[in-house]
Amino acid sequence: MRTGAEVTISKEAFETQVLGILGPLHGVARRLTRNETDAEDLVAESVTRAWRARGSLADTGAFRGWMFRILTNTFISERRKALVRPREELLVDECGEEEGAFSIFERLHQPFLLWFSNPEQEFLDKLLREDLDRALAALPEHYRVVIVLADVEGLKYGEIAETLDVPVGTVRSRLARARSALQRMLWTVARDHGLQPSRAAGTHR
Amino acid sequence: MSDTDDMGCERALTRLLEFIDRELPDGEHDSVERHLRTCRSCFSRMEFESRLKQRLSALSAEDAPSKSRDRIRDLIKGF
Repeated sequence: MRTGAEVTISKEAFETQVLGILGPLHGVARRLTRNETDAEDLVAESVTRAWRARGSLADTGAFRGWMFRILTNTFISERRKALVRPREELLVDECGEEEGAFSIFERLHQPFLLWFSNPEQEFLDKLLREDLDRALAALPEHYRVVIVLADVEGLKYGEIAETLDVPVGTVRSRLARARSALQRMLWTVARDHGLQPSRAAGTHR
Repeated sequence: MSDTDDMGCERALTRLLEFIDRELPDGEHDSVERHLRTCRSCFSRMEFESRLKQRLSALSAEDAPSKSRDRIRDLIKGF
């Protein structure tokens, strides 16, 4: 609780700000929870917490980042409570689980065909939103969270570190692994759809 | 600023994602940028990774279901 002259956001302004970012908020919630109903509950719970914590919003210009942080924190604390679903470790630290780096670009890039075709760009052109969503949904939670925050939401590493309460170095390394895992998943999704170009440079499996 | 490439492919590639995220210190950012000007392969990779990131960020541009919008409106009314 703060005292003194800070002006807290009015209810009208709060509502306008929330409704203005409700689409992205809901999108992030859906990607974190992977479930429409849970996503709606998560948004509602986060908005309630945000209203209670409105005194901690220093500057209404920072509303978006502040609200996303609350949403992510709410998700994390709710997940910690719900240990009924034990298989997915939320914020495990990086050890084990090494599969090696994976890069779609390295699989597809053909330097000698550069001027005539561009298989890696074609690959991206053919990917649908739902392919990206499916690959994201298939990631382990601690990877999905950093990708959603860094790439879907566009938060800076420092903001992600603060949100997840981990050092920035951990954000860097986790994000690198998460992106590699995402590309591996996209590659699988693409294969399931028959999207992988047949004359890919490195079709080793 | 000199245009000499003082960074090889390997070093540039390990920094590529942080370069795209604009999370490198200025000096390193410039070194990667210089390398990309001289290396077509790394440049293509940078383009690919940037476009993938753009595709992900485009996912956030969506509307909330109207059901959720009504619920949040009602919720805030009750505060």
